[in-house]
Amino acid sequence: MSAAPSVTFHDVSKSFTADRSVLSHIDLELPSGITTAVVGASGSGKTTLLQLVNAVHVPDSGEVRVFGEPIPRDDLVAFRRGIGYAVQGAGLFPHLTNRANVELPARLSGWSRERRDARYRALLEQMELSEDISERYPHELSGGQQQRLGLCRALMLKPRLLLLDEPFSAVDPITRVGIYRTFQQVQAQEGVTTLLVTHDMREAVRLAGYLVILGEGRVLQAGRTDAVLEAPANDYVRSLLMEQLR
Amino acid sequence: MTRRRIGFCLPLVLACVLAACSPFARAAETIVVGSKNFNEGYLLAEMAARLLERAGFPVERRFGLGGTLVCYRALAAGEIDVYIEYTGTISQAILNLPVETSLPELRDALGAEGIRVLTPLGFDNTYALAMTRERAEALGIERIGDLAGATDLKLVVSHEFLERADGWPGLSRAYGLDLRVTGIEHGLAYRALADGAIDVTDAYSTDGEIERYGLVLLEDDRGFFPEYLAVPLARSELPAAAIAALQRLGGLLDDDTMQRLNAAVVFEQRPFAEVAGTFLAERGLLAADTQDRVFWSGLWRNTARHLQLTAVALAASVVAAVALALLVFRHPFVSRAVVYFCGLLQTVPSIALLALMIPLFGIGVLPAIVALFLYSLLPTLRNSVAALTAINPTLLRVAEAMGMTRLQQLRYVYVPLSLPSMLAGIRTAAVISIGTATLAAFIGAGGLGDPIVTGLALNDTGLILQGAVPAAVLAILTELAFEALERVVLPGHLRAAR
Repeated sequence: MSAAPSVTFHDVSKSFTADRSVLSHIDLELPSGITTAVVGASGSGKTTLLQLVNAVHVPDSGEVRVFGEPIPRDDLVAFRRGIGYAVQGAGLFPHLTNRANVELPARLSGWSRERRDARYRALLEQMELSEDISERYPHELSGGQQQRLGLCRALMLKPRLLLLDEPFSAVDPITRVGIYRTFQQVQAQEGVTTLLVTHDMREAVRLAGYLVILGEGRVLQAGRTDAVLEAPANDYVRSLLMEQLR
Repeated sequence: MTRRRIGFCLPLVLACVLAACSPFARAAETIVVGSKNFNEGYLLAEMAARLLERAGFPVERRFGLGGTLVCYRALAAGEIDVYIEYTGTISQAILNLPVETSLPELRDALGAEGIRVLTPLGFDNTYALAMTRERAEALGIERIGDLAGATDLKLVVSHEFLERADGWPGLSRAYGLDLRVTGIEHGLAYRALADGAIDVTDAYSTDGEIERYGLVLLEDDRGFFPEYLAVPLARSELPAAAIAALQRLGGLLDDDTMQRLNAAVVFEQRPFAEVAGTFLAERGLLAADTQDRVFWSGLWRNTARHLQLTAVALAASVVAAVALALLVFRHPFVSRAVVYFCGLLQTVPSIALLALMIPLFGIGVLPAIVALFLYSLLPTLRNSVAALTAINPTLLRVAEAMGMTRLQQLRYVYVPLSLPSMLAGIRTAAVISIGTATLAAFIGAGGLGDPIVTGLALNDTGLILQGAVPAAVLAILTELAFEALERVVLPGHLRAAR
């Protein structure tokens, strides 16, 4: 783990309606090179937090920096291409073949056919997918395969940062364990800093070296996973850990 | 960026429309002769055309225009130069004047509009009510007044008669008739009468069918129907020689002659052009060597024109509807308003929309294309807006997060995901256009409606089928073509279930 933070939140607040704020006064420094899990119940603001990083949302106040730089509001296209994004249910385009889905970010960025092809094959191998699926369509794949393919697409442009919004939660538990293993290998291989949003503490502890626990739009505790496990900051965090890790 | 794309498209569409219409622009010295869409109109117009040609003028024929409104507007707008009208129609339907308005008064009124009323042709084609002889005798009906007691009669009249002040509304008031009455296309009424499907219909007193079907005309015992003397109406600016040629028709035809000529067309199935030519030759107004003109020479010509009308209108409407949909779909209120407005266009009756086009675009191909364009907007637009607003928001978020530009989002997400629904809309629009385009014949745009309109006017089933069958075949081929297109551009799982 390198010392420089990957993403920093400095006193960030965000609300969608005037009377209720989704996130209030968030201060965070996330480590780079490893996986950070943002954990919280639904409505805790974790997805909004993630979408502040790839600038799908703009903070009402405060500042988000990515690898030390402020988000370039005038060049979001290039900025976002440096960040991989995968979501629950994979979000694959139904009208594109599996290969076209994965290669799409590279096509948009003007990669040559050879370069796209080489990266595609490498990713499929890393994610343990067969090339037989290439010319088929997403709906012909199992849920687990779709999720692996979604991760391939997120990794296509070799991003420094990978944002994952509950990508494993729609997959059955047995398949999920397989994907965890594959993902961990790929994450280590690619050395990509990962920000994972999940409501599943078990998943967070398994995949992440750093935990951020959110409750009602505030950071309840943030720290290295083992530190959080050893010393929960308050009773709520303790109960959250106990409940899910029993 | 959407806006820029539309900026490219609009000139393209305009260019297409202009290119499609330019071959039909007429030479300046050509005299355009119009006619109403019934056989007498064709006959008289053909006589006028022959006399003008004899006098050395190139003539363009725009026959079978849809009714008084279309003919008169076309004349007033200078789209046609002459057509034959009837005095009773001029006073009431065109000028909103009392029935007894005299010919000099009509001349003054139309003169102010730049239109000359020439010498009447001689016969009086007034309205009458007709029944079969047996039915009339069985019911003891001889006069219009006798209808008052016969409440269970099936009274079916032409649409124009149903609406005109000098038609049913005035007649029923004058005679105190309180009968249920419905409308029918005039060309079909006689056959319905002969078949016993209806009991009474309106007739023109010079119709050839009267003799043929053994019909009796009910006596107008209260003298309600005004005179309907046939007169040529011509643009004042026509050269004196052209006016002189048209004046030779003056006093040429009496009621019996006109009935005989009409019967020759309707029952002997002789081409109206030949009947007109032979008659003029008999009267020494034309050399006897009149060649038999073939007006409906071609299935191919009609089909090609039909395809041209629908293809140009459809292409323009697809570009406009998709562009409009892309422009408004993010704003629910605006898109609803736009869809409602296009739906409103759909409710305007076709013939009315075509008539409304005349002051703006004249008659012929251009107004027909514009009308078809307006009609085919709705299916494409509604399907496009519905599909664009129904796209899974997760996919849109992924597209944005992937770093797609607005244009890339349109190209890789919005348009392809809406395509199945858009294509279904275009397909509907195409089939509707092919059907509606048959009405374009009413404003002289030609196409497969031409033989249909003429066939209805001349009571010629063969001619009607010459238009109706190819139109049906075109509609089926269009369906098949779209099915093939969908197979090519859409992966199987995205094709609409049928």
